[in-house]
Amino acid sequence: MAFTDKDLQVMDSIINRYPRKRSAIMPLLHYAQSRDGFITSDGIETIAKKLDLETAEVSAVATFYTQYKRKPVGEYHVGVCTNTLCAVMGGDEIFAGLKDHLGIENDGVTADGKVSLEHIECNAACDFAPVVMANWEFYDNQTVQSAKDLVDSMRAGKPKAPTRGPDVLQNWKETSAVLAGINDGHANEGVQAGAPTLLGLNISKKGARG
Amino acid sequence: MTQLTPVLSAHWDEKDSFTIAGYKRHGGYDAAAKALKMEPDAVIQLVKDSGLRGRGGAGFPTGMKWGFIPQGDNKDHYLVVNADESEPGTCKDMPLLLANPHVLIEGCIIASYAIRAKYAFIYIRGEVTHVVRRVQQAIDDAYAAGHLGKNIFGSGVDLELVLHVGAGAYICGEETALLDSLEGFRGQPRLRPPFPAIAGLYARPTVVNNVESIASVPAIIAHGAEWFSSMGTEKSKGMTLYSLSGHVTNPGQFEAPLGITLRELLEISGGVRAGHQLKFWTPGGSSTPIFTSAHLDTPLDYEGVSAAGSMLGTKALQIFDETTCIVRAVLRWTEFYKHESCGKCTPCREGTWWLVQILRDLESGKGSEADLEKLLDLCDNIMGRSFCALGDGATSPITSSINYFREEYIAHLTHGGCPLDPHAATVFASAKAGV
Amino acid sequence: MSNEVVDMITVVIDGFEVSVPKGTLVIRAAEKLGIQIPRFCDHPLLDPVGACRQCLVDIEINGRAFPKPQASCTIPVEPGMIVKTQLTSAVAKKAQEGVMEMLLINHPLDCPVCDKGGECPLQNQAMSNGQSDSRFEGTKRTFEKPIHISSQVLLDRERCVLCARCTRFSEQIASDPFITLNERGALQQVGIYEKQPFESYFSGNTVQICPVGALTGASYRFRARPFDLVSTPSACEHCASGCSLRTDVRRGKTLRRLAGDDAEVNEEWNCDKGRWAFKYVTAADRLTHPMVRNASGELQEASWPEAIAAAAAGLQKTSAAVLVGGRASVEDAYGYSKFARVTLGTNNIDFRSRISTAEERDFIASTVVRAKTTYRDIDRADSVLLVGFEPEEESPIVFLRIHKQVRKRALKVTAIASKLSIGNEKLSANFVCVAPGSEATALPSVALTAQSVILVGERACESAGLLSAIAALAEKTGAKLAWIPRRAGERGAIAAGAIGNLLPGGRPVADASARVDVAAAWGVTSIPSSLGLSSDEIIAAVNKGTIGALVVGGVDPLDGENHHEMLEALQKAFVVSLEIRPSAVTTLADVVLPVAAVTEKSGSFLDWEGRSRNFEAAVVDSLQRSDVRLLSMIADEMSKPISLSTVKAASKEFASLGNWDGAPSALSLTSVQTVSALQANEALLTSWRRLLDEGSLQQGEENLAGTARKPVVVISPKRAASIGVTDGEAVRVSNSHGAIVLPVLVEAIHDDAVWLPRNSRGSHLLATFGVASGAVVTVVKD
Repeated sequence: MAFTDKDLQVMDSIINRYPRKRSAIMPLLHYAQSRDGFITSDGIETIAKKLDLETAEVSAVATFYTQYKRKPVGEYHVGVCTNTLCAVMGGDEIFAGLKDHLGIENDGVTADGKVSLEHIECNAACDFAPVVMANWEFYDNQTVQSAKDLVDSMRAGKPKAPTRGPDVLQNWKETSAVLAGINDGHANEGVQAGAPTLLGLNISKKGARG
Repeated sequence: MTQLTPVLSAHWDEKDSFTIAGYKRHGGYDAAAKALKMEPDAVIQLVKDSGLRGRGGAGFPTGMKWGFIPQGDNKDHYLVVNADESEPGTCKDMPLLLANPHVLIEGCIIASYAIRAKYAFIYIRGEVTHVVRRVQQAIDDAYAAGHLGKNIFGSGVDLELVLHVGAGAYICGEETALLDSLEGFRGQPRLRPPFPAIAGLYARPTVVNNVESIASVPAIIAHGAEWFSSMGTEKSKGMTLYSLSGHVTNPGQFEAPLGITLRELLEISGGVRAGHQLKFWTPGGSSTPIFTSAHLDTPLDYEGVSAAGSMLGTKALQIFDETTCIVRAVLRWTEFYKHESCGKCTPCREGTWWLVQILRDLESGKGSEADLEKLLDLCDNIMGRSFCALGDGATSPITSSINYFREEYIAHLTHGGCPLDPHAATVFASAKAGV
Repeated sequence: MSNEVVDMITVVIDGFEVSVPKGTLVIRAAEKLGIQIPRFCDHPLLDPVGACRQCLVDIEINGRAFPKPQASCTIPVEPGMIVKTQLTSAVAKKAQEGVMEMLLINHPLDCPVCDKGGECPLQNQAMSNGQSDSRFEGTKRTFEKPIHISSQVLLDRERCVLCARCTRFSEQIASDPFITLNERGALQQVGIYEKQPFESYFSGNTVQICPVGALTGASYRFRARPFDLVSTPSACEHCASGCSLRTDVRRGKTLRRLAGDDAEVNEEWNCDKGRWAFKYVTAADRLTHPMVRNASGELQEASWPEAIAAAAAGLQKTSAAVLVGGRASVEDAYGYSKFARVTLGTNNIDFRSRISTAEERDFIASTVVRAKTTYRDIDRADSVLLVGFEPEEESPIVFLRIHKQVRKRALKVTAIASKLSIGNEKLSANFVCVAPGSEATALPSVALTAQSVILVGERACESAGLLSAIAALAEKTGAKLAWIPRRAGERGAIAAGAIGNLLPGGRPVADASARVDVAAAWGVTSIPSSLGLSSDEIIAAVNKGTIGALVVGGVDPLDGENHHEMLEALQKAFVVSLEIRPSAVTTLADVVLPVAAVTEKSGSFLDWEGRSRNFEAAVVDSLQRSDVRLLSMIADEMSKPISLSTVKAASKEFASLGNWDGAPSALSLTSVQTVSALQANEALLTSWRRLLDEGSLQQGEENLAGTARKPVVVISPKRAASIGVTDGEAVRVSNSHGAIVLPVLVEAIHDDAVWLPRNSRGSHLLATFGVASGAVVTVVKD
């Protein structure tokens, strides 16, 4: 499906954020992904044209970053942190459990297209280990069972809400638009901080009171 | 006993801490207004006087970095905030931005004013959707409030602030790779010199600072350099965020003066998880050589950690108890470096590929003790030979772990595999044990 | 730039002092001492990148040592610097061995079947700077091998060491970033975008600078081992850029050609045509025996003495003229020039076997013979003006040189043309868009100084009044002027006097003392004093019956606008043809003399600068003779000898004549034509030859042809709207002679113009339209 005039206008507004237009390549790739679900040749060619680049220059960038997908992912893309700390704390078991539960391997997608699975690197939430991300929203302190429940809820069409995130989990394309810098109005939803984030502050306050 | 000193985190417990109203309730943006009335050079001097050092890992004095920007050169200057927090174990900037993005924006305003930048960027990692939302909303609200854009605070100063979202590349935390990425290229590190202060973004003078560094600036402007430098140690001034994770009773964020020890932090927070003993830990992420219980009293400041053979890094204190297999831990980190190597230079690209193969063999009990020497020699051929610090970082867990736990590596060979039960290390194991 | 003061810095490397200019990289300072630091990514003409880490050395400056080894390819020398390479530092040696070992862990062991084997920097440096054994016992990275990244270039990713020389070349030098590094980490690999092959005119350079066998040329793959090749320094015969080349021959057959090093001219690059278009030499239809038309009117093989005698007899009977193409060597052109004057007794000689005008001939005699502009002037120029000239298509090394300065210091380039070209876009040229034929009207708007360079192409003659207006402009502004013909032999032909108004050395025919000069040198009583006819005039004269014979060397009738007249003339006249392959001329000739191709003979060209480009015979046992030897034999037979029995003799005699030091002829202004008003659907034709097209010297090399730019008709958005077409739709361009149908490309072009490639597949303008530029054609949707 070709990019519509409206799509092209959004792309122009993204380009206009920057002093030099080539800088817009990453948000434009996120944007193309929000349209097509992954980086299509249509996306690459449209971005190349917009930025006066050769297509090879755009695909060189697209293939460098792991968030740009070369093939369709699920409506909900689930990442299990298996970097050392999360892996040790249970991430490996969660990942194995999900593979088994969903019947797919790393980078696989369920047949219904609802869930895809990827083992991911450290996602800056180590004090909430083991961590699962879905469409790059935080699902903190997971267990094998909670993770299975999560993907089940996705396949049932009613995904559980993130621990620290919007009230409703947005789908993959909607998420990609947020990463392209398009404000979806959900910023004020969810907690301001999880309990571990506040631990030091609370101890300090208790100490001051005591 | 060192006391915690919540400054950045002081109001995170308020439900609306991330909104502009919540931020202003406690004097938010007053520091920016105050700074804009000062001479830019005076702002730089104040930050220099405070002793603030970079919180991203390297610990370079922030004010000095700002001072390197040539003035009166008729060139555009840029401020770029490094919010690409991706170092394994590091988890301070994301909760900070989730809870209070405005403090970063206020810091950006002050820093940009000081270095005469009219354009600033926040380069945030892409795998944190809700943090992206919060920062984007905060920027939108700051524009609406007249704190960004044209003639901010009615001062005649202009500042555009753009949130740039990454797409999954640890290497973009390296400042020159970040700049290439922000310019729309593959995020591979650049040759230095020229340094960013001379030729950074778009080959213009550029300051690249970590989130926490910039977020610390408003408080310094508000309370003064002396207030800030009264905290911490002689060469490591101020408060900072320590992130405790892993096998502890209570993981979380602890804002304390630089120089606090792990022993103190464990005491404050509730210690290693019950029934277990500390085995090893990272002082500042996976790229910092590991410590053991012998280092519990090492002052966690730049000098103290360095003197003990590691680096303060991002103060990412990942705690592992005796249930953790050192080989498995190190292999996993090494796989991470292999995955994140940008591919530009030979030692990092090929070396991490090779290291992973040897470590996999060792973990599964294959190989021989001679492989440990090979590992160490390969690390010697990577460390200081690669283009940037990523390659160096990849060697840290290996060399430091063989230094402290050579016996355990050998045990894998004699045992024909890992002698430890990985399940025992999980949080579920301790939960089941009813602890 | 020897007149500039250069700061010298003295450093100590491995205990030896060396002084080098400030800014010199350590790795090159070491080279000056003969110390070879191993390297892969380093290339002196590419920006330093420091990626491979092979060149690590220990460095201290004023007693302060770097804590770790440094990449010597990225660090400029500094006063007080002490460098220890692998020769004197155990740390550097171990670092280098460590890097080498890591480069080899994923490198396949296919050296025995690799084209690079025997001349491979990885192989060589692994021997000189690596360890004898590898400690790697793991699994090697594998890729599908090899993949075509164009019809000419293949990529074997397993062999690649990721030095990025090829990708940097493509971006920095050629400005064709069609190949890039893709993926990352251990999976990082060179690649193209799936739908955009590596179709750069300069792609072959990447094969040459690849330090391993990752990039190979389809035409050379598996043909030879380097040590079986005999290499000969040579010069490129394709265009006037003047590339120095190296020709590699195995058992009498040219197998490949490489760019030679010449800092003044092509640096270390050449174009793909120069590299790969040489199969015409070994074409199956090469002429090998002389032929003479027999009594029954058929061409029949003959012995050399028979053929020479037949040629002499035919030429003696009538007045004869000489048509020599623009591809002759200086020595051959000199032979033709002397043959015309001494043996045939005429000034009726013209090398311009293409569209040409009297204005151009005057411009050549007045201006080109004096032009001293060089590549270095481009390096120093404050701006460059291009008129009637598309450097990327028509003189690619000139393009690279301009691009280098555009990239380095944003050199200002202005192009006066009817269509914005791909090349000029890459030069960020200020495009002054004019209707075909109106170029001269744009000249006054261009600001020029004495530091500016005007580069005018041979197509400028197609716009009446343009050449004289340019000459006047150069005179007025003091800007340096160069005329850049397409063909390699044209500048030499001018110097040799292979044109009706000039004798050798730029001597005007019209000048009596010049004639006396030459007559004395040649030992003849006089040189004809009347100005010679031009190519077109010679052909007309044959058809009128005033000229009865033609000596034709290397001419294609289809290169001119009057090919019907030319074919008629060839039929009418007694024709002696000197050729390498059958052509429209040999078919109609009375005597055909096979001659040597450039690889089979020695000689020289003058490039557009007027710089001599010598070449030796690469194929030594060739039986073929240079044109000048045959002409000398005919002259002997006619008892009017030119005494040039060898190329060497021709070269020596030509050199001894020297250049004319008298006043050059003056150039009178030709008035600019007014362009006629166009009807609806009418457009003015504009065109040029693409670098890769259906030129006869490119025949037989399909891999190269596959990388040619696809033929299109280019029209403006306004015209596209008026005839109702969009990109890719078929458009019909026609005049009373014929029509061409091609896909349309809507681009930046003058609204009154239509552009087609002059001689590409499906687009042979001179054959179809009888014209190539400036004429009115009809453009409609097909």
